[in-house]
Amino acid sequence: MKKVDIFFTINGVKKTVSAHPMKRLLDLLREELELTGTKEGCGEGECGACSVFVEGKLVNSCLIPSLQVQGCEVKTIEGVADGEQLHRVQESFLKEGGAQCGICTPGMIMAAIALLEENSEPSYEEIQEGLAGNLCRCTGYTKIFTSVVKACQK
Amino acid sequence: MRAYLPAYDALTPDSLDHALELLDTHPEEYVPFAGGTDLMVLLDWGKLPRKKYLNIWNLSELKGIQEDESFISLGGLTTYTEIQASEVLQKEFPNLCQAARWSGAWAIQNRGTLGGNIANASPAADSSPALLSYGAELEIVSRSGVRRLPYSEFHTGYKEMRLEKNEIIRAILLPRSSVENCHHYYRKVGTRKAQAISKVCLAAFVKWEGNKIKECRIALGSVAPTVIRCPKSEEILTGKTLSRELKEEAKATLGQEISPIDDVRSTKDYRLEIAVNIFDEFLDELGGCKEG
Amino acid sequence: MRWIGKDVPRKEGKDKVTGASRYIDDITFPDMLYGVTVRSETSRGILQRTVFEEGIPWEEFTQVTCKDIPGNNYVALIETDQPYLADGKINHPLEAVLLLAHPDKYLLQEARRKVSLEVDPLPPVYDIEESLNQKEIVWGKDNVFKEYLLEKGDIDQVWEKADHIIEGEYKTGAQEQLYIETNGIVAVANPEEGVTVWGSLQCPYYVHKALMALFDLPADKIRVIQTTTGGGFGGKEEYPSMIAGHAALLAWKSGKPVKLIYDRLEDLAATTKRHPSLTRHKMALSSEGKILGMEIDFVLDGGAYATLSSVVLSRGTIHAAGPYLCENVRVRARVVATNTPPHGAFRGFGAPQSIFALERHLDKAALQLNLSKEELRRRNFIQEGQLTATGQVINEKVSLADLMTKAMEKSDFQKKKEQFHSENKKNKYIKRGIGLSSFFHGAGFTGSGEAYLESMLGMEATKEGKIRILSASTEIGQGTNTIFSQIAAEALGIEYDLIEISVPDTALVPNSGPTVASRTCMIVGKLVESAAIQVKEILRQSGFLASTYSSSEFSKACQSYLDKFSQLRVFSKYKQPTNIKWDDQTYRGDAYGAYAWAVYVAEIKIDLRTYETTVEDFVALQEVGKVIHPTLAAGQIEGGVAQGIGYGLYEKVVWDKGQMINNQMTNYIMPTSADIGKIRVFFEEAPYAHGPAGAKGIGELPLDGVAPAISSAIENAIGLDIPEIPVTPETLHEYWVSRKVNS
Repeated sequence: MKKVDIFFTINGVKKTVSAHPMKRLLDLLREELELTGTKEGCGEGECGACSVFVEGKLVNSCLIPSLQVQGCEVKTIEGVADGEQLHRVQESFLKEGGAQCGICTPGMIMAAIALLEENSEPSYEEIQEGLAGNLCRCTGYTKIFTSVVKACQK
Repeated sequence: MRAYLPAYDALTPDSLDHALELLDTHPEEYVPFAGGTDLMVLLDWGKLPRKKYLNIWNLSELKGIQEDESFISLGGLTTYTEIQASEVLQKEFPNLCQAARWSGAWAIQNRGTLGGNIANASPAADSSPALLSYGAELEIVSRSGVRRLPYSEFHTGYKEMRLEKNEIIRAILLPRSSVENCHHYYRKVGTRKAQAISKVCLAAFVKWEGNKIKECRIALGSVAPTVIRCPKSEEILTGKTLSRELKEEAKATLGQEISPIDDVRSTKDYRLEIAVNIFDEFLDELGGCKEG
Repeated sequence: MRWIGKDVPRKEGKDKVTGASRYIDDITFPDMLYGVTVRSETSRGILQRTVFEEGIPWEEFTQVTCKDIPGNNYVALIETDQPYLADGKINHPLEAVLLLAHPDKYLLQEARRKVSLEVDPLPPVYDIEESLNQKEIVWGKDNVFKEYLLEKGDIDQVWEKADHIIEGEYKTGAQEQLYIETNGIVAVANPEEGVTVWGSLQCPYYVHKALMALFDLPADKIRVIQTTTGGGFGGKEEYPSMIAGHAALLAWKSGKPVKLIYDRLEDLAATTKRHPSLTRHKMALSSEGKILGMEIDFVLDGGAYATLSSVVLSRGTIHAAGPYLCENVRVRARVVATNTPPHGAFRGFGAPQSIFALERHLDKAALQLNLSKEELRRRNFIQEGQLTATGQVINEKVSLADLMTKAMEKSDFQKKKEQFHSENKKNKYIKRGIGLSSFFHGAGFTGSGEAYLESMLGMEATKEGKIRILSASTEIGQGTNTIFSQIAAEALGIEYDLIEISVPDTALVPNSGPTVASRTCMIVGKLVESAAIQVKEILRQSGFLASTYSSSEFSKACQSYLDKFSQLRVFSKYKQPTNIKWDDQTYRGDAYGAYAWAVYVAEIKIDLRTYETTVEDFVALQEVGKVIHPTLAAGQIEGGVAQGIGYGLYEKVVWDKGQMINNQMTNYIMPTSADIGKIRVFFEEAPYAHGPAGAKGIGELPLDGVAPAISSAIENAIGLDIPEIPVTPETLHEYWVSRKVNS
């Protein structure tokens, strides 16, 4: 099967990329656009390392074929900071020890932003549930919870 | 990513009619593709059948939650996130909202659809027992028209179902009734608290008339080749007043109605006992309503 | 102190929160090929033929078999038994047989499916019992990779004096490290320039040594560069040598750069796990609850090849008798071969297995002696000046009794215990319990290991007036870059931001040893401190640096020095403190330079309808010497506790014919954020004379004590003493049912 042209907006910039319609959004971002901040951890929607926003909603980019982002707005970790100014969630992860090895961090930050957009002051249990799709093997989640709580206070 | 991409094709139809036409004229070629949360996993592992996929994700005809006097109608593409957010579902069909809440995590809930979950036909599907507990019906469309089918008759065997290659699940219909005197129960026992596949899942619905059980539906996931209703257990409870003896009889019957297996996630023995135990919890809750 | 003990920003933190960090899969080269590994399905047999199906343009593929190896076909580590590519004999499922490379990664996957291996099967052994019983001899003369006998006093004479003799048998399962970044390497290799690999790895010089042997090339023709590494936990200690070899062989043959990244299925099925174990305890106690003797038979399942198993066994053996005073000890330890992929390094390295057995056994003894679990331990804690099982005199100011008291307070142990006891009586299905463990973990290589390693670390001034640390110790999330910078800044008396860390690149940095064994802070951190002192001394003696100075004056002094001498670079080499003595022959002496000490308390809830256990509160209290960075240190403990909760409750490797069959993240169950309750971490600080600013090691410690504390709490909740982990709901159900049947 031939490639098709995918038109979409990535981190605010309109792009057209030629890709196989079933190519994973994850691979489209990493290979065609060199946006390597989005990571692959499991390839089955289990770990959340590939989390991005499509049309403002948190999704696993390993589970989305390119064809499905036709005409969509996609936002990745690279589009989160405002130039040099980190997003408050990024600031908080940096300061509170929310990132250790860093491989889950981009996806975790996307999930945390999604959580805070939905609920500006989540309880401990709501944070636990809201981030449950993002696996972290380093932190035991404790410092991630703190990072989210502190980000709310900013 | 293990799939050989050139072996696949995908396109986006312009409308539901277009999709149905393609399915009808090329029945072995095209397969509908919704939120992708199941099919993309197969693709990743190189196990997705080599077909042409019809991206139906954007078809507005398959979206939205509508209500009339008799039914709540959920478009086949209704996501788990939309289900949880629906006030009418929270009020009248809480089992379904619970199921949606414990299907994967947020990112999955934003993409996973009810119609997709049904057509994927996993015996471990979280939403299916909830739908069965409410006596849901399916509205299935093809080029030749629309047909309705009780959901309880849809799954016929492991990954087998009454859905022709030229058909799409247009909507899931939940029959409404008064919310008074109802008891809802949903419990998923998964491999962990969240982001889990169920080892046993039980959804039940009871309507009281005085202190008698007027209506009762009990459904289970992960205990048979398909999600199942438990008609014998339902029959034992229906029209009766809850008593200790009745509970024991119902539990014994339920144990006979299921046929779980050993797999990588759990064991047959465990599933058998847990299914009965959470059924017991449901019966205890029922008793709490009427005895205490 | 200005930097030590402060929560400075993680050195590479900004790149991690913005997604700018480059991990191995983020790196590509022009004209690069992708590589895959074709593996055996059979667990043991003789390879007869490799069949290439039609429909694939095979001529386009680079193919490598054992015949293409320019040097030695073994992974150089300790033994030479493990081939890079099977040479006729298959010893485990997923053993690498053939390598393929192609520019199209999708076609490459298709090609891998179209190769099949014809193998004449041989009878395999799959578990410890089968291997010990020599059902088949699958390795060496007797299936035993390594055996140790550790003896203190005279165990044979204690039994008749004992008031109580208590026996028990304990099992632990395999555990996957489950770093979220899978393994991967990119290689460039040709006869002119030699071999260069980039990769996700913990130990650049392990890979360096292995590639020298594989290619039969001198040290200066091999270069290993660590890229940002997404977690290791031991899983990237020895296995990257295998992948690096494979990628380099493909690059060597094709003449092109080759990227070899494992997907999760392959990473889970083919790479190392924590060794399963079987431990038998026989303990003699006096009526007052003094441990008179311990006889311990400790066996690990090593898998098909020797790899690091002997060293894992060693740590497990030394920790087997725990932080308790006992005059008569015999530990017989063996690691045996089975036809499964080799087990390997994982945080804790043998100690979690032997400590689980001991702590569970102590609980069993406490119950039989009618003593509280706490009291039995208090009566036996080792103290300063007393001798461990290896005959090491404890010369640290340690008081496990104080740690126990504090842990009891922090967890409100007594009150909770009573409260749960009364609540459990009222509630038919929900049962709560509280349990504890006390343990120690030696920092650094065992015995003479550090002396053999002779680790070396460099430090240099840059022309920008900064100080750069040259070390092969890798940042894998635990904070190496940050704590090294703190230690250097403190010792130099300058700003934290003036410290840089060189990329761990064997062409640029000396061998500071592997990033393992809780040694990076204590051993290599000390080298950072002593290198910094040398730099300061050189600058002072040169006259460029006054006795007091600001950071900018320091930078100027460096620049002036470089202007005059063109280079300021020092090296510091590990010197064994003179009081550390170890005898490899008798297995006696100072096993470790220092120990971290801990008491952990787990509070759990069991739902007897589903047999699910949830950890609701966890208190982790430890003495680790000086804490360099409180947030990072707490993060290490919290992460270790979560991994320990996984080890104790969730993480079960399901085996079939020597192969992991739940090799998906969906089916290998690590805890999510919803599964982890409150983890409360507390540090006690007793500075260690030979650690930087008094620090000891902490990385592995938490894995040792979590699972036994949880099992202890389960026993407290429902009176069921389960001698194995993980205690999955299915396992708990099985024990619960069999107790009902028996009673």
